[in-house]
Amino acid sequence: MSQFPTYLLDHAAREDSHTLKVYREHGGYTALEKALKLMTPEAVIDEVKASGLRGRGGAGFPTGLKWSFMPDPEKDKRPRYVAINADESEPGTCKDRVLMREDPHGLVEGTLIAAYAMRCEAAYIYVRGEYRLPYDRVQAAIDEARAAGLVGQNILGSDFSCELHMHKGAGAYICGEETGLMESLEGKRGHPRPKPPFPAGFGLWGCPTTVNNVETVFNAPFILNRGSSWFRSMGTEKSPGNFLCGISGHVEKPGVYELPLGLPAQKILDEVAGGIWKGRKLKAWIPGGSSTGFLKPEHTSTPMDHDSLKGIGSMFGTGAMILLDETASVTRSARILMDFYEHESCGQCSQCREGTQWLSQIFLRIEQGQGRTEDIQLLEDLANGMAPGKTICALSDAAAIPTHSVIRNFKDELEEYVREGGHPEYRGTQVPQEAGA
Amino acid sequence: MALPETLVSEFDELVTHYPERRAALIPALHRCQEELGGWLSPETIEAAASYFDLHPVEVYSVASFYPMFFLKPVGAHVVSVCRNISCDLRGASEIIDCAAKAPGAGVGQSSPDGKFYLEVVECQGGCANAPMMVVDGQYHEDLTTDRVAQILGGVQ
Ligand SMILES: Cc1cc2nc3c(=O)[nH]c(=O)nc-3n(C[C@H](O)[C@H](O)[C@H](O)COP(=O)(O)O)c2cc1C
Ligand code: SF4
Ligand code: FES
Repeated sequence: MSQFPTYLLDHAAREDSHTLKVYREHGGYTALEKALKLMTPEAVIDEVKASGLRGRGGAGFPTGLKWSFMPDPEKDKRPRYVAINADESEPGTCKDRVLMREDPHGLVEGTLIAAYAMRCEAAYIYVRGEYRLPYDRVQAAIDEARAAGLVGQNILGSDFSCELHMHKGAGAYICGEETGLMESLEGKRGHPRPKPPFPAGFGLWGCPTTVNNVETVFNAPFILNRGSSWFRSMGTEKSPGNFLCGISGHVEKPGVYELPLGLPAQKILDEVAGGIWKGRKLKAWIPGGSSTGFLKPEHTSTPMDHDSLKGIGSMFGTGAMILLDETASVTRSARILMDFYEHESCGQCSQCREGTQWLSQIFLRIEQGQGRTEDIQLLEDLANGMAPGKTICALSDAAAIPTHSVIRNFKDELEEYVREGGHPEYRGTQVPQEAGA
Repeated sequence: MALPETLVSEFDELVTHYPERRAALIPALHRCQEELGGWLSPETIEAAASYFDLHPVEVYSVASFYPMFFLKPVGAHVVSVCRNISCDLRGASEIIDCAAKAPGAGVGQSSPDGKFYLEVVECQGGCANAPMMVVDGQYHEDLTTDRVAQILGGVQ
């Protein structure tokens, strides 16, 4: 791989990287200090805006712009909150876990900078319940930081005060959706809220709130310390910076890698992931987590950035690539994803609640050899009915996108399964009553 | 049943993290499950409800939304094997079969001796080290069937 500058995982590689001592030895909390002593909150927002940083939680929304949506604290006296989204449950995505475990102070510092920029009095870090070690590491980092005067009242002697709280989720993917997260944080079922009102106006406990992904705020200290033009020297014009690329599935070297945005997927596959395993060929791949759809091998010339992937009907999502070799079944993988969305749908919208069930059942019968030719059209019609605008949140669309992608890119496999009696494993056998694992 | 004093004092601190008491409910239910027998019994739900000034049905409605809460007794050690896409591509089916065979607990069941409870779960964020499972909160990644048998055999 040609060399490129790194920063996100540099600290994580050091021994005892999770301790305050080591974090400070390597420049930790100097960005916070710079912000508090030398910059106004507006100047912090301007610097982040100038950097072009886009959210790493899935939607790729410009972070500085999002921060500027918070109401003017002079005019709006309600308490204000920032919520850090560490729910990380999009299949294929496993990056925030690494940051929290290996560099928890980086998250604490980034969160404090976000809170300062938006003048929030408290921040909540919502961690998926399964992430025990990452949770404990971030909690320990907050405790250490509080003891050192970095969290709580009058941080570093300034007039900025901010409390940081950890909050544990309990295994529901929908709580990663920002309004579902807020409901869950309030102690309720994680039912997404209709928007508008948007969180900046009506968020946690009805107060101004901004939800940001872990990796997003993790970038902030680097941007303040090194400047927005440094940040823009990496990545592409519209998607600057590096990102954490989770690579999983049928590759020789799966892992979480730091890469600049905009590298062609093929280059990442060959030079970072070691190619498809066992000397096999690529059959299908997903660029950015389960919701971004199944793409063909020829799409690997596409640069991994927001606009390029959007241009081919997909999304950058969480930057989590999943690769399927020539022996894999796209139908089976799609069925597994539809089972997932069915399981995780919160059930408020009928299109989503019923639609995900239907999609999973139809993919299952095609997989098991009971599919009919009309089923392919039925999949498409169902997915059309689940489009954005018809439901409260984007989970419904997250199931529709992969469905459309299978029909667009792998219709031949669906047709073959309908014709030949399903997945090769099922052909010529008694049809099982239930799905496999 | 009332909540044990240790939990009450823990929760008295926890609720100060939020402007509304109820926000501490889910973290508190985690602690109840950990300390009070590994599941949320009707008695535990009632005790938590009374602590939070909520109707038990309301607590039940929240608890039942979240897969990590058990509303029936489960074996002493919870084994959660991921079945989602990245793990499936790298052999999760065999891992699930093996995890079911070793202690003799079918998926969604406890083993006859009450030692294990086996569940099949969605993505756990270990995709780059698939296949994986979680045993009593601890991650085990890059699994082979041999290692599954070894890990489960070593659980005390
Ligand atoms: C169903 C669903 C699940 C989501 N899960 C997550 C998640 O686990 N982590 C995350 O950061 N964002 C998740 N998002 C995106 C959030 O709604 C939100 O856009 C994001 O946290 C904003 O942060 P960012 O601007 O820093 O990216 C999810 C969205 C949807 C629709
Ligand atoms: S789209 Fe699905 S997950 Fe989202 S609110 Fe509606 S039912 Fe719930
Ligand atoms: S798919 Fe199994 S851990 Fe993510």
